[in-house]
Amino acid sequence: MWKWLHPYAKTERAYQLCLTLQPWFWVGALACLSVGTVWGLAFAPQDYQQGDSFRIIYIHVPSAILSMGTYVAMAIAALVGMVWQWRTAYMSMIAMAPIGAVMTFIALFTGAAWGKPMWGAWWVWDARLTSELILLFLYMGVIALYGAFEDKQQAGKAAGVMALVGVVNIPIIHYSVEWWNTLHQGATISKFDNPSIAPEMLWPLLINLLGFAFFIGAVITVRLRNEIVLREMHRPWVQALAMNKALNQQPGDAATASLKEGS
Amino acid sequence: MSLYQGIFKRDMHIAFKQKAELVQPLMFLLMVVTLFPLGVSPSPDTLQRIGPGVIWIAAILSSLMAMERLFRDDFQDGSLEQYMLSGMPLPAVSAVKVVTHWLVSFVPLLLLSPLLAMFLNLTVDMYIALVLTLLLGTPLLSLIGAIAVGLTVGLQKGGVLLALLLIPVFIPLLIFATSAVDSAALQLPYHAQLAIIAAMLLLAAALAPFAIAYSLKVSQN
Amino acid sequence: MLEARELTCSKRDRTLFEGLSLVVEPGELLYLRGPNGAGKTSLLRILTGLSSPDSGAVLYNGMDISADKTGYYQDLFYLGHKSGTNGSLSALDNLSFWLAQHNVSVPVNTLFDVLEKVGLVGLEDVPVRYLSAGQQRRVALSRLWLKPAKVWILDEPFTALDVKGIHMLEKSMKEHVGRGGLIITTSHQPLSEQAGEHRVFDLEYRF
Repeated sequence: MWKWLHPYAKTERAYQLCLTLQPWFWVGALACLSVGTVWGLAFAPQDYQQGDSFRIIYIHVPSAILSMGTYVAMAIAALVGMVWQWRTAYMSMIAMAPIGAVMTFIALFTGAAWGKPMWGAWWVWDARLTSELILLFLYMGVIALYGAFEDKQQAGKAAGVMALVGVVNIPIIHYSVEWWNTLHQGATISKFDNPSIAPEMLWPLLINLLGFAFFIGAVITVRLRNEIVLREMHRPWVQALAMNKALNQQPGDAATASLKEGS
Repeated sequence: MSLYQGIFKRDMHIAFKQKAELVQPLMFLLMVVTLFPLGVSPSPDTLQRIGPGVIWIAAILSSLMAMERLFRDDFQDGSLEQYMLSGMPLPAVSAVKVVTHWLVSFVPLLLLSPLLAMFLNLTVDMYIALVLTLLLGTPLLSLIGAIAVGLTVGLQKGGVLLALLLIPVFIPLLIFATSAVDSAALQLPYHAQLAIIAAMLLLAAALAPFAIAYSLKVSQN
Repeated sequence: MLEARELTCSKRDRTLFEGLSLVVEPGELLYLRGPNGAGKTSLLRILTGLSSPDSGAVLYNGMDISADKTGYYQDLFYLGHKSGTNGSLSALDNLSFWLAQHNVSVPVNTLFDVLEKVGLVGLEDVPVRYLSAGQQRRVALSRLWLKPAKVWILDEPFTALDVKGIHMLEKSMKEHVGRGGLIITTSHQPLSEQAGEHRVFDLEYRF
């Protein structure tokens, strides 16, 4: 049932796929983010308690959700690579890591900025924020492990193991941090646990969530293409690609180059 | 079975020939614990409040130092290659090595724990809870740590990286273990925390040997 | 019979060899030759199953070694760059632990005989770390005479050995091939006539 996926194990096909998807991702990201952000910041109603400061959720919530989502996607890529021995799976895993880490950082930063008017402090050991911080550590561990190996194929496999260990741990970490938080702070109302949200506030949020997803997708395709080209530098198809690009961009230079080669 | 006994005997034999490597992490543990009364406050109440956390944090840090020797020598001198070519299932070999490592590096820690409890003014109830969490929690440290050691064993500078990889993963254990001891201090039941740690231990015991074997193979490539 | 089918291996994104096939029959000595970095060690490690190729398979008596490990490993002796001896254990301990791992039972007398043969008499109780490089190599090599392996895969076996040691090893390689054994070896210096008939396999350095 997964047979249709197999051609993408070939780096060349994966590269082509990225090339096809990329413009759609950029267009989707631009459309959704502009609509969602303008709607959310300018037109959505004010919160009756928090006033305008609640509007940071249009950044904070999508980045927080997708920071987790990207980690899970990374772990799935690692599992695919482990089971089917695909190089492209590990490459896409490592293409996801930095953007996931950046999303985690954005979620932390916006959470802290939101905390300032809410609690009067930049950093409070709130359960969600703490979980995000630990998630950031997990991302950094995967990236650091990948960077430590010189042989990138081996690096991918090693980082994949760590991504899987992390993904098994995420629910445990989440649960343990909630536990710890209730023990130490009692039942304080968390600003993140707002169960009911007015639909006119929710719509821009969902649109922005989609926009963030498109944006992450676009960044991943760019990074994966770079990774493939870098790793496959010596393969004929990459060299042909580079040659074509050179011909298209600077016809004059390429012509002289080929002349030199001819003489 | 005697095959695994052979590995066990060999590792015990080697461990006791390298006593310094066993004792140093323990000394580190003792010194870290000593820093807290000096750095925070020597008042018995404060010590009792922070005590469980301090002991567990120090135990995790010292275990990170002792962890490396789990596969380092075997990797460097080629014994690991020979294990892999012996036809024995690698997950089972890894499990035996983890058990040996736990016995030589964490049992001494358990023996040292009364002293630490005394330093930090823990009550008898708290101490019992502490020992129970250490008994269930330290094998978990060994099992999960071994995965990361397997991954970093081929790297020249794996030490700090090992800590970066493992500390976030150990956080849930730290939370549940200290919370169990805190509950004991308040005369509350702490079965729930112990049960959760035990569940994590069982999960790790079932999965970690395969993950360790896989990571050792990755390092051999 | 050891067979490699269409092996491809790349390290650090450089292809070492691609579509490499070779067959070694019992009673044959294959001498693997090539410049540094050509992938000799990588090939040998793939043949033992220690590392896995990017594509292709290794077959022993027609069976894929990744499917049936135990049968192959009973017949295999591999000596790599690393000797596989722990420095704080004595030669005797190292060997007896190794024999137990590989499920070989050997009377103690044979153990002493072999240690005598490789010239380690009187040193059997000294921690291996205090022995010279050549002596450590001899400890590792003495397994050759202890495990009744049919397939020997030896990566630079002559490293650190003196003339007498090289002589002894080449002689036993010849004997092993004579008994119907199978050897694959690499070495910087060419094999002498002592080693008997051998086939040379050249591995090119690729960019």
